Amino acid sequence: MDIANELLAGSRLALSRAITAVENEYDTAVDIMQKLYPHTGRAHVIGITGPPGAGKSTLTDKLAKEYRRQGKTVGIVAVDPTSPFSGGAILGDRIRMNELTLDEGVFIRSMGTRGSLGGLSRKTAETVKIMDASGKDVIFIETVGVGQSEVDIVKAADTTLVVLVPGLGDDIQAIKAGVLEIGDVFAINKADRDGVDRLNIELEMMLDLNQDMVDWRPPIKRTVASQNQGIEELIAALDDHLGHLDKTGKLAIRRTERTKNELLAMIEEQLGRYVLRNISNSGQFEQLVTAVQQRQRDPYSVVTDLLKGILK
Amino acid sequence: MEKRIRVLVAKPGLDGHDRGAKVVARALRDAGFEVIYTGLRQTPEQIAEAALQEDVNVVALSLLSGAHPHLFPRVVELVRGKGMNDVLIVGGGVIPDADIPALKDAGVAEVFTPGTPTSAIVDFIKANVK
Ligand SMILES: Nc1nc2c(ncn2[C@@H]2O[C@H](COP(=O)(O)OP(=O)(O)OP(=O)(O)O)[C@@H](O)[C@H]2O)c(=O)[nH]1
Ligand SMILES: [Mg+2]
Repeated sequence: MDIANELLAGSRLALSRAITAVENEYDTAVDIMQKLYPHTGRAHVIGITGPPGAGKSTLTDKLAKEYRRQGKTVGIVAVDPTSPFSGGAILGDRIRMNELTLDEGVFIRSMGTRGSLGGLSRKTAETVKIMDASGKDVIFIETVGVGQSEVDIVKAADTTLVVLVPGLGDDIQAIKAGVLEIGDVFAINKADRDGVDRLNIELEMMLDLNQDMVDWRPPIKRTVASQNQGIEELIAALDDHLGHLDKTGKLAIRRTERTKNELLAMIEEQLGRYVLRNISNSGQFEQLVTAVQQRQRDPYSVVTDLLKGILK
Repeated sequence: MEKRIRVLVAKPGLDGHDRGAKVVARALRDAGFEVIYTGLRQTPEQIAEAALQEDVNVVALSLLSGAHPHLFPRVVELVRGKGMNDVLIVGGGVIPDADIPALKDAGVAEVFTPGTPTSAIVDFIKANVK
Protein backbone atom coordinates (compact mmCIF):
# COMPACT_ATOMS: atom_id res chain seq x y z
CA MET A 1 0.00 0.00 0.00
CA ASP A 2 1.25 3.49 -0.76
CA ILE A 3 0.78 5.01 2.63
CA ALA A 4 1.33 8.65 1.67
CA ASN A 5 -1.09 8.63 -1.26
CA GLU A 6 -3.74 6.76 0.67
CA LEU A 7 -3.37 9.19 3.55
CA LEU A 8 -3.81 12.11 1.19
CA ALA A 9 -6.89 10.41 -0.20
CA GLY A 10 -8.35 10.32 3.30
CA SER A 11 -7.49 6.89 4.70
CA ARG A 12 -7.38 6.89 8.49
CA LEU A 13 -5.53 3.59 8.55
CA ALA A 14 -2.82 5.05 6.31
CA LEU A 15 -2.60 8.07 8.63
CA SER A 16 -2.13 5.76 11.57
CA ARG A 17 0.45 3.61 9.75
CA ALA A 18 2.42 6.68 8.68
CA ILE A 19 2.77 7.72 12.32
CA THR A 20 3.92 4.21 13.24
CA ALA A 21 6.53 4.29 10.48
CA VAL A 22 7.96 7.52 11.86
CA GLU A 23 7.75 6.39 15.46
CA ASN A 24 9.44 3.05 14.85
CA GLU A 25 11.95 4.53 12.40
CA TYR A 26 10.92 2.20 9.60
CA ASP A 27 12.82 2.53 6.32
CA THR A 28 9.60 3.70 4.67
CA ALA A 29 9.36 6.76 6.92
CA VAL A 30 11.58 9.03 4.85
CA ASP A 31 9.68 8.31 1.65
CA ILE A 32 6.35 8.93 3.40
CA MET A 33 7.51 12.22 4.90
CA GLN A 34 8.95 13.39 1.59
CA LYS A 35 5.59 12.88 -0.09
CA LEU A 36 3.63 14.49 2.72
CA TYR A 37 5.85 17.50 3.29
CA PRO A 38 4.38 19.69 0.52
CA HIS A 39 0.96 19.24 2.14
CA THR A 40 2.03 20.52 5.57
CA GLY A 41 2.11 23.98 7.11
CA ARG A 42 -1.60 24.63 7.15
CA ALA A 43 -2.71 23.66 10.66
CA HIS A 44 -2.74 25.78 13.80
CA VAL A 45 -0.52 23.77 16.13
CA ILE A 46 -1.25 24.21 19.84
CA GLY A 47 1.04 22.79 22.52
CA ILE A 48 -0.57 22.04 25.88
CA THR A 49 1.64 21.50 28.87
CA GLY A 50 1.45 21.74 32.65
CA PRO A 51 1.88 19.65 35.79
CA PRO A 52 0.62 16.04 36.04
CA GLY A 53 -3.10 15.84 36.60
CA ALA A 54 -3.73 19.53 35.88
CA GLY A 55 -6.56 18.60 33.52
CA LYS A 56 -4.67 18.88 30.23
CA SER A 57 -6.50 15.97 28.61
CA THR A 58 -9.91 17.03 29.90
CA LEU A 59 -9.24 20.51 28.58
CA THR A 60 -8.03 19.18 25.22
CA ASP A 61 -11.23 17.15 24.95
CA LYS A 62 -13.38 20.22 25.56
CA LEU A 63 -11.33 22.48 23.27
CA ALA A 64 -11.52 19.88 20.51
CA LYS A 65 -15.31 19.68 20.86
CA GLU A 66 -15.62 23.44 20.62
CA TYR A 67 -13.41 23.58 17.53
CA ARG A 68 -15.52 20.80 16.00
CA ARG A 69 -18.64 22.83 16.73
CA GLN A 70 -17.00 25.60 14.72
CA GLY A 71 -16.56 23.16 11.86
CA LYS A 72 -12.81 22.61 12.23
CA THR A 73 -11.11 19.23 12.15
CA VAL A 74 -8.77 18.29 14.97
CA GLY A 75 -5.67 16.15 15.53
CA ILE A 76 -4.36 15.31 18.98
CA VAL A 77 -0.91 13.96 19.86
CA ALA A 78 -0.80 12.90 23.51
CA VAL A 79 2.67 12.20 24.89
CA ASP A 80 3.17 10.31 28.16
CA PRO A 81 6.40 9.23 29.85
CA THR A 82 7.87 5.81 29.21
CA SER A 83 8.94 3.87 32.30
CA PRO A 84 12.72 3.99 32.54
CA PHE A 85 12.67 0.57 34.19
CA SER A 86 10.72 -1.54 31.73
CA GLY A 87 10.62 0.62 28.60
CA GLY A 88 6.85 0.20 28.71
CA ALA A 89 4.25 2.88 29.31
CA ILE A 90 0.64 3.37 30.23
CA LEU A 91 -0.77 5.96 27.86
CA GLY A 92 -3.96 7.10 29.56
CA ASP A 93 -4.88 10.42 28.01
CA ARG A 94 -7.59 8.88 25.80
CA ILE A 95 -9.65 8.11 28.92
CA ARG A 96 -10.66 11.78 28.97
CA MET A 97 -11.34 11.90 25.24
CA ASN A 98 -13.52 8.87 24.56
CA GLU A 99 -16.38 10.95 23.24
CA LEU A 100 -14.16 12.15 20.41
CA THR A 101 -13.22 8.67 19.23
CA LEU A 102 -16.10 8.16 16.84
CA ASP A 103 -15.97 11.66 15.39
CA GLU A 104 -14.36 11.29 11.97
CA GLY A 105 -13.15 14.86 12.12
CA VAL A 106 -10.84 13.98 15.01
CA PHE A 107 -7.75 11.78 15.16
CA ILE A 108 -6.01 11.02 18.45
CA ARG A 109 -2.63 9.36 18.80
CA SER A 110 -0.87 8.47 22.07
CA MET A 111 2.93 8.31 22.21
CA GLY A 112 5.42 7.17 24.83
CA THR A 113 8.60 9.16 25.30
CA ARG A 114 10.63 5.95 24.77
CA GLY A 115 13.69 7.69 26.22
CA SER A 116 15.21 8.49 22.86
CA LEU A 117 17.91 11.15 22.74
CA GLY A 118 16.28 14.14 21.17
CA GLY A 119 14.43 11.80 18.85
CA LEU A 120 11.16 12.32 20.64
CA SER A 121 10.76 15.95 19.73
CA ARG A 122 11.46 15.11 16.09
CA LYS A 123 8.96 12.25 16.11
CA THR A 124 6.32 14.42 17.76
CA ALA A 125 6.93 17.16 15.20
CA GLU A 126 6.68 14.64 12.36
CA THR A 127 3.48 13.18 13.80
CA VAL A 128 2.08 16.71 13.79
CA LYS A 129 3.12 17.10 10.15
CA ILE A 130 1.43 13.83 9.24
CA MET A 131 -1.82 15.01 10.82
CA ASP A 132 -1.37 18.39 9.15
CA ALA A 133 -0.99 16.73 5.75
CA SER A 134 -4.16 14.75 6.44
CA GLY A 135 -5.97 18.10 6.56
CA LYS A 136 -6.50 18.69 10.27
CA ASP A 137 -7.18 22.37 10.95
CA VAL A 138 -6.09 22.40 14.57
CA ILE A 139 -3.52 20.04 16.11
CA PHE A 140 -2.91 19.70 19.83
CA ILE A 141 0.23 18.30 21.40
CA GLU A 142 -0.35 17.33 25.04
CA THR A 143 2.67 16.70 27.22
CA VAL A 144 3.37 16.76 30.94
CA GLY A 145 5.42 19.84 31.79
CA VAL A 146 8.26 18.61 33.91
CA GLY A 147 11.46 19.42 32.09
CA GLN A 148 13.47 20.30 29.05
CA SER A 149 12.09 17.58 26.78
CA GLU A 150 8.62 19.06 27.15
CA VAL A 151 9.92 22.46 26.24
CA ASP A 152 11.46 20.89 23.13
CA ILE A 153 8.23 19.15 22.23
CA VAL A 154 6.17 22.29 22.36
CA LYS A 155 8.63 24.02 20.07
CA ALA A 156 6.66 22.34 17.33
CA ALA A 157 3.70 24.51 18.32
CA ASP A 158 2.58 27.91 17.06
CA THR A 159 0.76 28.59 20.30
CA THR A 160 1.69 27.13 23.67
CA LEU A 161 -0.98 26.81 26.34
CA VAL A 162 0.32 26.29 29.86
CA VAL A 163 -2.26 24.75 32.20
CA LEU A 164 -1.91 25.45 35.90
CA VAL A 165 -4.08 24.56 38.88
CA PRO A 166 -4.55 26.30 42.21
CA GLY A 167 -3.59 24.64 45.44
CA LEU A 168 -0.23 23.11 44.61
CA GLY A 169 1.29 24.74 47.69
CA ASP A 170 3.91 27.23 46.62
CA ASP A 171 2.10 27.47 43.34
CA ILE A 172 4.44 29.15 40.96
CA GLN A 173 7.58 27.86 42.61
CA ALA A 174 6.33 24.36 42.00
CA ILE A 175 6.44 24.97 38.30
CA LYS A 176 9.67 24.77 36.41
CA ALA A 177 10.76 28.18 35.24
CA GLY A 178 11.13 27.16 31.61
CA VAL A 179 7.51 26.10 31.43
CA LEU A 180 6.29 29.55 32.43
CA GLU A 181 8.43 31.25 29.84
CA ILE A 182 7.02 29.26 26.97
CA GLY A 183 3.38 30.10 27.70
CA ASP A 184 1.60 32.18 25.07
CA VAL A 185 -1.70 31.64 26.85
CA PHE A 186 -2.30 30.45 30.41
CA ALA A 187 -5.26 28.49 31.73
CA ILE A 188 -5.93 28.27 35.43
CA ASN A 189 -7.90 25.05 35.36
CA LYS A 190 -9.86 23.57 38.26
CA ALA A 191 -11.01 27.11 38.90
CA ASP A 192 -13.76 25.52 41.00
CA ARG A 193 -11.14 25.11 43.71
CA ASP A 194 -9.75 27.49 46.33
CA GLY A 195 -6.71 29.60 45.60
CA VAL A 196 -7.58 30.77 42.09
CA ASP A 197 -7.22 34.48 42.87
CA ARG A 198 -3.88 33.96 44.54
CA LEU A 199 -2.49 31.92 41.66
CA ASN A 200 -3.80 34.50 39.21
CA ILE A 201 -2.02 37.33 41.04
CA GLU A 202 1.24 35.37 41.33
CA LEU A 203 1.10 34.56 37.65
CA GLU A 204 0.50 38.20 36.68
CA MET A 205 3.48 39.16 38.81
CA MET A 206 5.67 36.58 37.10
CA LEU A 207 4.57 37.86 33.72
CA ASP A 208 5.34 41.43 34.79
CA LEU A 209 8.93 40.37 35.36
CA ASN A 210 9.32 39.04 31.84
CA GLN A 211 10.76 41.84 29.73
CA ASP A 212 10.51 40.00 26.44
CA MET A 213 6.80 40.53 26.07
CA VAL A 214 6.56 43.77 24.21
CA ASP A 215 3.60 43.20 21.97
CA TRP A 216 1.89 40.09 23.36
CA ARG A 217 0.91 39.82 26.97
CA PRO A 218 -0.07 36.18 27.62
CA PRO A 219 -3.69 36.21 28.73
CA ILE A 220 -4.73 34.18 31.77
CA LYS A 221 -8.04 32.36 31.44
CA ARG A 222 -9.91 30.50 34.15
CA THR A 223 -11.45 27.15 33.26
CA VAL A 224 -13.30 24.26 34.83
CA ALA A 225 -12.59 21.72 32.13
CA SER A 226 -14.56 18.93 33.77
CA GLN A 227 -17.67 21.17 33.58
CA ASN A 228 -16.95 22.72 30.21
CA GLN A 229 -16.59 26.20 31.72
CA GLY A 230 -14.40 28.91 30.23
CA ILE A 231 -13.74 26.95 27.05
CA GLU A 232 -15.03 29.49 24.53
CA GLU A 233 -13.03 32.26 26.21
CA LEU A 234 -9.91 30.10 26.13
CA ILE A 235 -10.40 29.31 22.46
CA ALA A 236 -10.82 33.00 21.74
CA ALA A 237 -7.45 33.61 23.43
CA LEU A 238 -5.78 30.82 21.42
CA ASP A 239 -7.22 32.20 18.18
CA ASP A 240 -6.20 35.73 19.17
CA HIS A 241 -2.65 34.53 19.60
CA LEU A 242 -2.58 33.00 16.14
CA GLY A 243 -4.09 36.19 14.73
CA HIS A 244 -1.42 38.22 16.50
CA LEU A 245 1.37 36.02 15.10
CA ASP A 246 -0.10 36.33 11.65
CA LYS A 247 -0.64 40.09 11.78
CA THR A 248 2.82 40.90 13.12
CA GLY A 249 4.63 38.58 10.73
CA LYS A 250 5.79 36.53 13.71
CA LEU A 251 4.14 33.38 12.44
CA ALA A 252 6.43 33.34 9.44
CA ILE A 253 9.42 34.13 11.65
CA ARG A 254 8.56 31.36 14.12
CA ARG A 255 8.02 28.84 11.37
CA THR A 256 11.21 29.80 9.60
CA GLU A 257 13.07 29.42 12.88
CA ARG A 258 11.45 26.02 13.35
CA THR A 259 12.35 24.90 9.86
CA LYS A 260 15.93 25.95 10.48
CA ASN A 261 16.07 24.05 13.76
CA GLU A 262 14.54 20.98 12.16
CA LEU A 263 17.08 21.00 9.37
CA LEU A 264 19.94 21.42 11.82
CA ALA A 265 18.59 18.65 14.02
CA MET A 266 18.31 16.30 11.04
CA ILE A 267 21.86 17.08 9.97
CA GLU A 268 23.11 16.50 13.50
CA GLU A 269 21.25 13.24 13.74
CA GLN A 270 22.57 11.93 10.43
CA LEU A 271 26.09 12.98 11.35
CA GLY A 272 25.70 11.28 14.71
CA ARG A 273 24.66 8.07 12.98
CA TYR A 274 27.56 8.34 10.58
CA VAL A 275 29.96 8.78 13.46
CA LEU A 276 28.47 5.79 15.26
CA ARG A 277 28.70 3.61 12.18
CA ASN A 278 32.09 4.63 10.92
CA ILE A 279 34.07 5.69 13.93
CA SER A 280 32.91 4.41 17.29
CA ASN A 281 32.30 0.89 16.04
CA SER A 282 35.71 0.55 14.43
CA GLY A 283 38.70 -1.21 15.97
CA GLN A 284 40.81 1.85 15.34
CA PHE A 285 38.58 3.85 17.63
CA GLU A 286 39.14 1.42 20.51
CA GLN A 287 42.89 1.83 20.07
CA LEU A 288 42.55 5.59 20.15
CA VAL A 289 40.50 5.39 23.35
CA THR A 290 43.24 3.32 24.97
CA ALA A 291 45.92 5.70 23.75
CA VAL A 292 44.08 8.69 25.20
CA GLN A 293 43.36 6.84 28.44
CA GLN A 294 47.08 5.98 28.84
CA ARG A 295 48.07 9.56 28.06
CA GLN A 296 49.96 8.51 24.95
CA ARG A 297 47.75 10.89 23.00
CA ASP A 298 45.55 13.82 23.92
CA PRO A 299 41.82 13.81 23.05
CA TYR A 300 41.97 17.12 21.18
CA SER A 301 44.37 16.01 18.49
CA VAL A 302 42.55 12.67 18.18
CA VAL A 303 39.24 14.44 17.52
CA THR A 304 40.85 16.83 15.05
CA ASP A 305 42.42 13.94 13.15
CA LEU A 306 39.18 11.93 13.10
CA LEU A 307 37.16 14.90 11.86
CA LYS A 308 39.71 15.60 9.13
CA GLY A 309 38.99 12.09 7.93
CA ILE A 310 35.25 12.81 7.67
CA LEU A 311 35.07 16.41 6.55
CA LYS A 312 37.32 16.19 3.55
CA MET B 1 14.86 -0.10 16.20
CA GLU B 2 12.62 1.83 18.57
CA LYS B 3 9.71 -0.54 18.09
CA ARG B 4 7.40 -1.37 20.98
CA ILE B 5 4.49 -3.76 21.19
CA ARG B 6 1.39 -1.59 21.54
CA VAL B 7 -1.66 -2.94 23.33
CA LEU B 8 -5.10 -1.38 23.64
CA VAL B 9 -6.64 -2.42 26.94
CA ALA B 10 -10.35 -1.85 26.73
CA LYS B 11 -13.37 -2.62 28.79
CA PRO B 12 -16.53 -3.04 26.77
CA GLY B 13 -19.88 -3.44 28.44
CA LEU B 14 -21.58 -1.72 31.29
CA ASP B 15 -20.12 -3.23 34.43
CA GLY B 16 -18.80 -0.75 36.92
CA HIS B 17 -15.14 -1.15 37.82
CA ASP B 18 -11.87 -1.70 36.04
CA ARG B 19 -9.58 -3.09 38.72
CA GLY B 20 -8.81 -6.20 36.71
CA ALA B 21 -8.10 -4.24 33.54
CA LYS B 22 -5.77 -1.93 35.44
CA VAL B 23 -3.82 -4.85 36.91
CA VAL B 24 -3.38 -6.25 33.41
CA ALA B 25 -2.40 -2.83 32.06
CA ARG B 26 0.34 -2.45 34.67
CA ALA B 27 1.65 -5.96 34.07
CA LEU B 28 1.85 -5.28 30.34
CA ARG B 29 3.67 -2.01 30.93
CA ASP B 30 6.13 -3.78 33.24
CA ALA B 31 6.74 -6.26 30.43
CA GLY B 32 7.86 -3.34 28.24
CA PHE B 33 4.66 -2.86 26.23
CA GLU B 34 3.01 0.45 25.44
CA VAL B 35 -0.47 0.20 26.87
CA ILE B 36 -3.18 2.48 25.61
CA TYR B 37 -5.79 2.52 28.31
CA THR B 38 -9.23 3.78 27.42
CA GLY B 39 -11.21 3.20 30.59
CA LEU B 40 -14.69 1.92 31.27
CA ARG B 41 -17.81 1.33 29.21
CA GLN B 42 -16.40 1.35 25.72
CA THR B 43 -18.58 0.34 22.80
CA PRO B 44 -17.12 -2.10 20.26
CA GLU B 45 -17.14 0.75 17.73
CA GLN B 46 -15.05 2.95 20.02
CA ILE B 47 -12.63 0.11 20.73
CA ALA B 48 -12.10 -0.67 17.06
CA GLU B 49 -11.61 2.98 16.12
CA ALA B 50 -9.17 3.56 19.00
CA ALA B 51 -7.26 0.45 17.88
CA LEU B 52 -6.98 1.95 14.41
CA GLN B 53 -5.89 5.42 15.55
CA GLU B 54 -3.30 3.94 17.90
CA ASP B 55 -2.15 1.33 15.37
CA VAL B 56 -1.93 -1.27 18.11
CA ASN B 57 -0.61 -4.80 17.70
CA VAL B 58 -2.93 -6.22 20.32
CA VAL B 59 -6.44 -5.52 21.61
CA ALA B 60 -6.99 -6.91 25.10
CA LEU B 61 -10.63 -6.95 26.18
CA SER B 62 -11.73 -7.28 29.75
CA LEU B 63 -15.27 -8.07 30.71
CA LEU B 64 -17.20 -9.10 33.82
CA SER B 65 -20.78 -8.79 32.80
CA GLY B 66 -21.40 -11.90 30.76
CA ALA B 67 -21.96 -10.05 27.49
CA HIS B 68 -18.86 -11.63 25.95
CA PRO B 69 -20.63 -13.99 23.51
CA HIS B 70 -21.88 -10.91 21.72
CA LEU B 71 -19.26 -8.19 22.39
CA PHE B 72 -15.99 -10.01 21.75
CA PRO B 73 -16.87 -11.22 18.25
CA ARG B 74 -18.29 -7.81 17.42
CA VAL B 75 -14.93 -6.18 18.26
CA VAL B 76 -13.11 -8.76 16.10
CA GLU B 77 -15.44 -8.06 13.21
CA LEU B 78 -15.08 -4.28 13.46
CA VAL B 79 -11.29 -4.34 13.84
CA ARG B 80 -10.92 -6.63 10.83
CA GLY B 81 -13.40 -4.47 8.93
CA LYS B 82 -11.01 -1.57 9.29
CA GLY B 83 -8.31 -3.51 7.51
CA MET B 84 -6.35 -4.39 10.62
CA ASN B 85 -5.94 -8.05 9.87
CA ASP B 86 -2.80 -8.68 11.92
CA VAL B 87 -4.08 -7.36 15.21
CA LEU B 88 -4.10 -9.99 17.93
CA ILE B 89 -7.33 -9.90 19.91
CA VAL B 90 -7.47 -11.51 23.34
CA GLY B 91 -10.11 -11.47 26.04
CA GLY B 92 -10.37 -12.00 29.75
CA GLY B 93 -12.92 -12.11 32.49
CA VAL B 94 -15.45 -14.43 34.05
CA ILE B 95 -16.08 -16.61 31.03
CA PRO B 96 -17.49 -20.14 31.28
CA ASP B 97 -15.30 -22.82 29.68
CA ALA B 98 -18.20 -23.81 27.48
CA ASP B 99 -18.20 -20.40 25.78
CA ILE B 100 -14.52 -20.37 24.91
CA PRO B 101 -14.55 -22.46 21.70
CA ALA B 102 -17.16 -20.21 20.11
CA LEU B 103 -15.15 -17.12 20.98
CA LYS B 104 -12.05 -18.64 19.43
CA ASP B 105 -14.00 -19.56 16.32
CA ALA B 106 -15.04 -15.92 16.12
CA GLY B 107 -11.40 -14.86 16.03
CA VAL B 108 -10.51 -14.20 19.66
CA ALA B 109 -6.98 -15.58 19.82
CA GLU B 110 -7.02 -16.54 23.48
CA VAL B 111 -9.30 -16.24 26.47
CA PHE B 112 -7.91 -15.75 29.97
CA THR B 113 -10.12 -16.69 32.88
CA PRO B 114 -9.77 -15.33 36.44
CA GLY B 115 -6.72 -16.69 38.23
CA THR B 116 -4.56 -16.70 35.10
CA PRO B 117 -1.24 -15.16 36.12
CA THR B 118 -0.55 -11.95 34.24
CA SER B 119 2.76 -13.46 33.13
CA ALA B 120 0.78 -15.97 31.05
CA ILE B 121 -0.90 -13.09 29.20
CA VAL B 122 2.48 -11.43 28.60
CA ASP B 123 3.97 -14.68 27.33
CA PHE B 124 1.03 -15.35 25.03
CA ILE B 125 1.27 -11.90 23.50
CA LYS B 126 5.02 -12.15 23.00
CA ALA B 127 4.65 -15.52 21.31
CA ASN B 128 1.78 -14.58 19.03
CA VAL B 129 2.06 -10.90 18.17
CA LYS B 130 2.75 -10.07 14.54
N1 LIG C 1 -12.35 19.77 40.08
C1 LIG C 1 -11.92 19.74 38.81
N2 LIG C 1 -11.39 18.57 38.34
C2 LIG C 1 -10.95 18.56 37.06
C3 LIG C 1 -11.04 19.69 36.23
N3 LIG C 1 -10.51 19.37 35.03
C4 LIG C 1 -10.10 18.09 35.12
N4 LIG C 1 -10.38 17.59 36.34
C5 LIG C 1 -10.08 16.25 36.85
O1 LIG C 1 -8.69 16.14 37.07
C6 LIG C 1 -8.26 14.81 36.84
C7 LIG C 1 -7.07 14.79 35.89
O2 LIG C 1 -7.50 15.24 34.62
P1 LIG C 1 -6.70 14.95 33.30
O3 LIG C 1 -7.40 15.65 32.21
O4 LIG C 1 -6.46 13.51 33.14
O5 LIG C 1 -5.32 15.67 33.65
P2 LIG C 1 -3.96 15.65 32.82
O6 LIG C 1 -3.29 16.94 33.08
O7 LIG C 1 -4.24 15.30 31.40
O8 LIG C 1 -3.19 14.46 33.53
P3 LIG C 1 -1.85 13.73 33.03
O9 LIG C 1 -1.93 13.58 31.54
O10 LIG C 1 -1.87 12.45 33.77
O11 LIG C 1 -0.73 14.63 33.46
C8 LIG C 1 -9.47 14.07 36.31
O12 LIG C 1 -10.05 13.36 37.36
C9 LIG C 1 -10.37 15.18 35.83
O13 LIG C 1 -11.74 14.82 35.86
C10 LIG C 1 -11.60 20.89 36.77
O14 LIG C 1 -11.69 21.93 36.11
N5 LIG C 1 -12.04 20.83 38.05
MG1 LIG D 1 -3.39 13.78 30.23
